[in-house]
Amino acid sequence: MLRILINALRTGVVTIGYPAEPSVPPDRFRGAPVLRPGSHLPPPSVCPAGAISEFFNAEGRHVALDLARCIFCGRCADDPWADAVGMGRDFELAAHSRDHLRIEVVADDAAVTAARPALDRDAEAARTSSEIQRVLGRSLQLRHLDAGSCNACDWELTALLNPVYDVRRLGIDFVASPRHADGVVVTGSVTRNLETAVRRTVEAVPDPRIVIAVGACAASGGIVGEGYASAGGVDRVLPVDVYIPGCPPRPEAILFGILVAIGRLDARRLQREE
Amino acid sequence: MALATVVATDETATPDGDLKVRYVFEPTAPGGPDRFVTLLVSVDAARPEVPSLTTAVPAANWHEREMRDLFGIVPVGHPDPRPLVVHDGWPQGVFPLRKAFDGSRRVPVEPADEFPHLVAEGEGVFEIPVGPIHAGIIEPGHFRFTSVGETVLHLDARLFYTHRGLEKRMEGLSPLDAFYVAERICGVCSVAHGLGYCEALEQIAGVGAPPRARLIRSIALELERLYNHVGDVGNMCAGAAFHYGTATGARLKERLQQLNERLAGNRFLRGLVVPGGVLLDLSDDLLRSLAVTLQDTLSGLDSLMGHIEANPSVVDRLDDTGILQHQAAVDLAVAGVAARASGVDRDARRDHPHGAFAGPEPPELHVVTIPDGGDAMSRMTVRALEARESIRLVGEFVRRLEPGPLQVTLPEPLPGGRIGISAIESPRGEAVHWLRTDPRGRVERYHLRSPSYHNWPAVALAAETAIVPDFPLVNKSFELCYSCTDR
Repeated sequence: MLRILINALRTGVVTIGYPAEPSVPPDRFRGAPVLRPGSHLPPPSVCPAGAISEFFNAEGRHVALDLARCIFCGRCADDPWADAVGMGRDFELAAHSRDHLRIEVVADDAAVTAARPALDRDAEAARTSSEIQRVLGRSLQLRHLDAGSCNACDWELTALLNPVYDVRRLGIDFVASPRHADGVVVTGSVTRNLETAVRRTVEAVPDPRIVIAVGACAASGGIVGEGYASAGGVDRVLPVDVYIPGCPPRPEAILFGILVAIGRLDARRLQREE
Repeated sequence: MALATVVATDETATPDGDLKVRYVFEPTAPGGPDRFVTLLVSVDAARPEVPSLTTAVPAANWHEREMRDLFGIVPVGHPDPRPLVVHDGWPQGVFPLRKAFDGSRRVPVEPADEFPHLVAEGEGVFEIPVGPIHAGIIEPGHFRFTSVGETVLHLDARLFYTHRGLEKRMEGLSPLDAFYVAERICGVCSVAHGLGYCEALEQIAGVGAPPRARLIRSIALELERLYNHVGDVGNMCAGAAFHYGTATGARLKERLQQLNERLAGNRFLRGLVVPGGVLLDLSDDLLRSLAVTLQDTLSGLDSLMGHIEANPSVVDRLDDTGILQHQAAVDLAVAGVAARASGVDRDARRDHPHGAFAGPEPPELHVVTIPDGGDAMSRMTVRALEARESIRLVGEFVRRLEPGPLQVTLPEPLPGGRIGISAIESPRGEAVHWLRTDPRGRVERYHLRSPSYHNWPAVALAAETAIVPDFPLVNKSFELCYSCTDR
């Protein structure tokens, strides 16, 4: 017992400062792709997840990237499109609506800038309903719901509880029963074999409740898509409050999404301005 | 010989005009030849029946139930003819892996009776239903215990809740597009499954990854094993309510996953291994950071194991808990940690060399087996020893790194109608990948038999030697994937 105590003291505090302090991902981290307007942008067929689409109008060729669908593989930023697309290091990508996760640029005319170049974080946090803020306050008890994921997003949720992220310090925790929860974090594209269980679990959470779709599969179907065994995303089955892109999103990205869901981005900014 | 995998295909559009079942066997003697023996059976599509092998080859059990669900091939005489992959309300006569079935189509849910769980009956016998949604951050499955008091009489595990139809999803894709799906079948086996798909693909293409790429692939594979094994040792502590161990395991695992993110840009090492080789090189800077992290992991793990072994209340929970008999492990073709902890000397790195083990003068591999083991403590010990072995191997691979190309170009299109089979030692054991290209060089059929697929029936057997409150510990000691079983 004494040896354990000594060892624990010797280990010290390993918890990171995020969200009060910024988290800088390593150089190779693949965050939100950056599309350069006016460049030779890749065709939709490049993306294995179907996140890239294009259409033509008077302004020319428009290329759109759906961050909810993106699996952050980096293929669109590889040769021969490395000049047109770069993998950014931005991971704070959660949004209240799929529309806000759509980046659209005009490919052929350099004079026209991005139609929707990036996400507006403050606007996302401000979209949290006053009822949610009034009833749930600043703390959030969440129930995890695996709706058919590959388990990567689930392990990142588990990581939020490890000594390094320790989300309990922020008043956020995971509970065993949906009846004890303020909301659910859903991973996976909602398989046919889980659809009933998913509906019933969410219905067991008292109103008002928050539904957070974690990762590409939950947010859009991701690379699994829609098929005989998969609904193609949580919002095909239930209303979703916040979408967190990533394959999987790193723990800080999930934490950011949870803060967006309760309109608590001040946890991040206020202390940074000091 | 042991059953490696069973692959059904729909070849009704070919001149043969039938369905086919391939029973793939592999030698089991340590040091045996690296080969697979395929027994090919043609099945008349008008009367799709094959005799069931399950009573003679218990490992065929789930394979046969799966081919009936997905292909409509009936294993006549199967002792357990309940549906496996498709759940309640799936319409009769609809077989999603037949070529005529449109995989993008959603199928209506029909009214269904309650699933007939296999339970024991009698005075004082209770049924305990658990799942599919569990009270923690874990994957979904339904466990139906029947118990007398605390003693488990029988456990009926129902899985395939996370069946996403990924094998169908990959059909018709270009081999590169399909790779990204294979890499995402399972989160914590991303490297192993991505690599297994790549090796099968490279067999079809008739190319081999360059030496430097093979070494980097093996480094990635060992790093994946390492963060899994270290994390699993910690999670087993959670099953025994030893929270210092849980927190320490989680902290060591987190450090390894942060290393993964530095090396591959992804905490699960996705995006490192690609068809033809590897996408990213390991610079001297990264290798230094790798060496430091592994050294710290080694001392952290040694210290943790010391605390576990010195703690009688933890050891008492693990000793003689959840016993898997050696013969049962052999009969069910159990793979990986669970097999070696029950004295089965099998490791795909040696039996089917891949990555750096496939080159000339492969590094020596110490396969850890515990002859008189079979309990949860043995499985923890195997993990701890293998984690140390992985750290040693990574050091050996790094020493062997020579400058050189990272990738070879695959022919475009790939040769049509060819089959590639690979076996990879994933963190949970041997995973067998079977891939065939269509005449245009696209994916015609892909099948993954994950180690968990063969190991799940063993969990049920081990649970029957334990009490109900020990089931979470027994389950964690096997630490199987649902997602790569269900696909």
